[in-house]
Amino acid sequence: MSNTFYNEIINEHNLRPYHKHHIDDPDFTLEGVNPSCGDDIVLNLKMENGAITDGSFEGEGCAISQASADIMLDLVIGKTKEEALRLADIFMRMIKEGITEEEKEELEEAGILESVSHMPARVKCAVLGWRTLKEMLEK
Amino acid sequence: MISDKEKKIREDFPLINEYVNNVAGESEREPLIYLDNSATSQKPKCVIEAIKSFYEKNNANPMRGLYDLSICATEEYEKARRAVAEFINASPRETVFTKNATESLNLVAYSYGLNFIKEGDEIIVSVAEHHSNMLPWQQAAKIVGAKIVWYDCDEKGFFDTEKLKSLITDKTKLLAITQVSNVLGRINDVKTMGKLIHEKGGVIVVDGSQSVPHMAVDVKELDADFLVFSGHKMYGPMGIGVLYGKAELLEKMPPFLTGGEMIESVTKEKAIYAEVPHKFEAGTVSAADAVGLKAAIDFINEYGIDYIKEREDELTRRAFEGMKKLPYIKIIGGDDAADHHGIIAFQVDGVHPHDVAQIFSDNNIAVRAGHHCAQPLHKYLGAMSTTRMSLSFYNTEEEIDAFLEVLSRIRIAMGLAG
Repeated sequence: MSNTFYNEIINEHNLRPYHKHHIDDPDFTLEGVNPSCGDDIVLNLKMENGAITDGSFEGEGCAISQASADIMLDLVIGKTKEEALRLADIFMRMIKEGITEEEKEELEEAGILESVSHMPARVKCAVLGWRTLKEMLEK
Repeated sequence: MISDKEKKIREDFPLINEYVNNVAGESEREPLIYLDNSATSQKPKCVIEAIKSFYEKNNANPMRGLYDLSICATEEYEKARRAVAEFINASPRETVFTKNATESLNLVAYSYGLNFIKEGDEIIVSVAEHHSNMLPWQQAAKIVGAKIVWYDCDEKGFFDTEKLKSLITDKTKLLAITQVSNVLGRINDVKTMGKLIHEKGGVIVVDGSQSVPHMAVDVKELDADFLVFSGHKMYGPMGIGVLYGKAELLEKMPPFLTGGEMIESVTKEKAIYAEVPHKFEAGTVSAADAVGLKAAIDFINEYGIDYIKEREDELTRRAFEGMKKLPYIKIIGGDDAADHHGIIAFQVDGVHPHDVAQIFSDNNIAVRAGHHCAQPLHKYLGAMSTTRMSLSFYNTEEEIDAFLEVLSRIRIAMGLAG
């Protein structure tokens, strides 16, 4: 077998997601669904003084949707709402049109999903968590 | 080793022979293993040439002009109709050209369904139908106030005709069922099913999209009332499909689409419609695509549909047996390779079907993942989605082995035990 998109980081976040669990009394909860492929996650956040203090996701989906949501939560927990929205914007642009090296550094591990931009069928999987986060925070 | 005949078959297909992988601007040559034939087949040179030749030599609007070129275009189009009719043992006037199987099914649902099915009547639809043989019936039933009755298969994808008997009532007007499901790959006994429906005066609508390209289909022998298929799944071009209908049914049905080329005469108040099949072919027809479909049928006949089936069954068996050896693979449908006819939908334990297809794609193998336009079947079988490999007689043992090799490493690639 020659190569695959999947690497240890993605596999690890998919198989042993740190943030995939239930949390009690979240301040925000929102479901994100990709009906055509069956990815279905529920994102939960706890917020205090405009900052994300804790978060989790539950649900089912492909490795890309699951790993991306887990990596996202690693990144945004501890950030303010504005910082999280800014990262969401960078992530979306990385997938859709491309970003600078500096911006990619800000995304930390999430930057490994950049190659999804060449995989049109998987874009919706990679952005599911981020799209749900954005919708939740912009409400 | 690949035989001379098998080699020649592959050489007939430019895309298979000369596939250029130009994703992201790279244009390096990489061999592609194409195992998504149920979605659409590749096209042999003769089909591509026939379309080109029509536009270079015979192009005019068929059915209208009095000049030689238009007469020639008409003749080419009608020759194509005769070839299609002969291929399924129909008469040309029972053979309507459409855009594809979906359009054919919509034609039957709207023209036959809305006019000959009444409030309180029952339409039986198999749970394994592609959405194209399901949604038109849902729509028609809603409009006329008829009821949809679901015909379930068993967990192996087998449709028991005894079960059908228990569903048929005095209100049954129609059965919509595929001859071969695009997920299960199993041949349904549509002949017996038709007989049961006919006993109550109903009609059977057979979706032949996955059967006509891969096995001999004889509408007279099946005694099918309607049978539909698409050209592009049988080596023909996209944009041409077929509706076979018994003459007495087509004759009493009103037109589906109205407009040019389907009339005898028109006044401000009314129109006298053309005879079948032209009554159902409104607007300028896709004559070049019809000619392309004829070339595809000539191509099939050159090798013989029985050879094609035999070869595809051989390759299916090889894939099936190989997959059976992997304990973490769950095959959807029958337990025997003989139940599959070129189509094997499956799940890899612990890996999402889209990730499975992605890994195949990363290794230049084209397979499909999702619900394959058969969501109710997936729900019924308790599978949200599946990965599907579907083959054609131009595939080879080497390709099947490469497929199995990648399959055997997917769990490892995803960080799971192999």
